[in-house]
Amino acid sequence: MLRIFRLAVGVLSAVATLCSTGAVAGESRVPKPAITIENPGKCVAPVDEMRRNHMDMLKHTRNKTLREGVRGMKTSLNGCIECHASKSTGSVTGSNENFCQACHSFVAVKLDCWGCHQPQANYKADKATTALPADHASTAGAK
Amino acid sequence: MSEQEHDTGGASRRKFIGAAAAAGGMAVIAPGIHLIEVSQANAPTRPPGEAASNLVRWGMLIDTNKCTAGCDDCVKACATENNINEKVADVRQGSQWIRKIEVKEAKGGHTFSLPMMCQHCAEPPCVDVCPTGASMKRADGIVLVDRHSCIGCRYCMMACPYKARSFVHQPLTGQNPEVPRGQGCVESCNFCVTRIDKGQLPACVESCAKAGHHAMIFGDLNDPSSEIARRIAQTATTQIRADLRLDLGVRYQGI
Repeated sequence: MLRIFRLAVGVLSAVATLCSTGAVAGESRVPKPAITIENPGKCVAPVDEMRRNHMDMLKHTRNKTLREGVRGMKTSLNGCIECHASKSTGSVTGSNENFCQACHSFVAVKLDCWGCHQPQANYKADKATTALPADHASTAGAK
Repeated sequence: MSEQEHDTGGASRRKFIGAAAAAGGMAVIAPGIHLIEVSQANAPTRPPGEAASNLVRWGMLIDTNKCTAGCDDCVKACATENNINEKVADVRQGSQWIRKIEVKEAKGGHTFSLPMMCQHCAEPPCVDVCPTGASMKRADGIVLVDRHSCIGCRYCMMACPYKARSFVHQPLTGQNPEVPRGQGCVESCNFCVTRIDKGQLPACVESCAKAGHHAMIFGDLNDPSSEIARRIAQTATTQIRADLRLDLGVRYQGI
């Protein structure tokens, strides 16, 4: 009898612990990403579809655009940035509050796009800094 | 006296041709030969959503007689357009989409200057050797690198007879949104492909014309009525290392 009582107490306390930590309630140990959509309501597809398929859409677009020269597709990466770049930083990456990085750091999937692509909306390269650097060998060959 | 008359006649004829050209934008020199106001406009811009067509073959003609030694307007325009401004540890590692070279004929001593860049071969060796299919030729003849599949092996750099390709060694920021480029990939002149798709000229050609040199002409080699096709049909032009039979998109005049 004592054994059954001890077991019951054990089970109850375990349930209580679980409830208090929120594991049963479906909360995760890691804070959920804070997703802010700066210009909502204009997306090319419903949220569910975007969450699941955005990478395929981008891959399809990039192949069509780069390899075939098809411009102006609605699923372009620059199109994403226009709506999703943070209003404070102007970028979709750089901190966990910014749209792309928020989810990607949560699910631990590396973002390769921004190694080459410009992550800021309406980015204008500063023409003053784009002068030829001194170490750019603009003339080479026989002299 | 008769010489003077001849001179006057010549001047008045020139004036007449000048006036006719100004009035009509076009002068008829002889039947069938027209001097048309330089129109380097591209073929009509493709509507968005339409793929590049193999009916077009983009090409460039460079007149070395008009290309001045020491002038690097085209190189600067390229660097500005494509945002090639990174500092590199070793000068030899800097990205070079276009460079100026000065050539001297060893015996006669004749020197000339020319811009050298990707020659946009019809049979590009860089595409032949690429192990991932990243180095590619678009339907309209533009040779470019698909950085999404480039693994940075640099085999294409070795295969290119024109030393036209560069490798990006360091992380980059502040790229032109229309010209993505970054570390670990090979890159080269792509005839400013995004500008061409918008119906504009490559940055180097535009800057050369803006500076008044007019040494570079860009257009469709397949269109017999284009400025470039007419020039190639009428004057002697050279493909560099024509012995390799790569059928280049870039041709030179005066070398």
